[in-house]
Amino acid sequence: MSIEEFILKIEAEIEELPKGRLQPETNYRQIPEWSSMHALILIALAETEYNVTLTGEDLRSCQTVGDLFQVIKSRT
Amino acid sequence: MALFTVNNVKLKGIASCVPSKKEFNRDYDWIEEDERRMLIKTTGIDERRVAEKGVSTSDLCFAAANKLMDTLGWERGEIDLLIFVSQSRDYILPATAVILQDRLGLPKSCAAFDIGLGCSGYVYGLSAAGAMLATGGFKKALLMAGDISTVSLTYKDKSTYPLFGDAATVTALEYAPGAAPMHFNLQSDGSGYEAIIIPDGGVRTMPNPGTFIAEEKEKGIVRSRGNLWLNGLDVFNFSVREAPPNISELMRFCGTAPEEYDFFVLHQANKLMNETIRKKLKLPPEKVPYSLDKYGNTSSASIPVTISTLPAESAQGRKRWLLSGFGVGLSWGSVSLETEDLVLPEILEV
Repeated sequence: MSIEEFILKIEAEIEELPKGRLQPETNYRQIPEWSSMHALILIALAETEYNVTLTGEDLRSCQTVGDLFQVIKSRT
Repeated sequence: MALFTVNNVKLKGIASCVPSKKEFNRDYDWIEEDERRMLIKTTGIDERRVAEKGVSTSDLCFAAANKLMDTLGWERGEIDLLIFVSQSRDYILPATAVILQDRLGLPKSCAAFDIGLGCSGYVYGLSAAGAMLATGGFKKALLMAGDISTVSLTYKDKSTYPLFGDAATVTALEYAPGAAPMHFNLQSDGSGYEAIIIPDGGVRTMPNPGTFIAEEKEKGIVRSRGNLWLNGLDVFNFSVREAPPNISELMRFCGTAPEEYDFFVLHQANKLMNETIRKKLKLPPEKVPYSLDKYGNTSSASIPVTISTLPAESAQGRKRWLLSGFGVGLSWGSVSLETEDLVLPEILEV
């Protein structure tokens, strides 16, 4: 698994997100349209694609897409 | 371990009743249009039914019970068990089941009581009714499951208001020697009791002047201690963590494979959560029906309401079902059962 794949999967799930908007260093919570719905989508994606449980606490403690990817990677 | 089998009980029919008034999430102007569109897509909920003030869960159950008994040709005098599963009872006391016994014209020889569960309540209710019928001491039971959830919601809480709809259901069960077994797997984790809660109004914190004072928790969430509070992330994590192994364990217990089931009916929480559970269990979409789009999350009624939305002919003949509820408590459970020519009247509106 690579972070590029991870970002592609997020883009596939969140259609509203313009392609290329997310980079490994992007702070996802500073995206203007970011909402709790997006958090749920990320949790669902981690469960179905990587069989990894992301908690609300994980989403609060991570800053960037890269941080999240590292959390998922460490649990696979 | 609450893995067990109930023999000699037949599930005969299910009737559902909803208020005629509809609300649409596309009109929910407490949030911006983009967020609204995202909400509808993610939750899968657009339409919901909302009861008029003063209408109670038991009113919907009353209509559904009469419809079901008439359709089945059951005499009022034959019913000897009535269980009412709900978190929106008519009164703090007495139990709503007892009021319904009289209102429906059921005999005084009928046992009647309430069970206070929500999302998992239908499965728990089936287990209680099933186990009592299996003794042979009871012959015909009405299991009622439903909620008027909208009374506890406030328009200014985007985390709850667009999710819940009102509905009630009645399921007819009878003692039938030789009927296919029902297998159950029931679980609880009270450490998560605050994940879905109405903080005030019970004995722990009786209604007081502060109960109805609304406060802003975060953007889009303004609520009082008399409202329903929902921690969406925690409930999501809990459901996708616990529901799939509970279902898998039940199938191992009864020695069945997913292919042997006609339908997997999940509590209707939200589309994203249910699809995550479905994908984790590798279940084909055509075997996992939804009623979310038309009725929202109908709490204890959601599993039977979803069955009621199936075309009546799809329940003809022998069918094998796996039903699973998960949520408030935290409480969860699944049942594997078979039906033969299940009677499914059209959904009533009142």
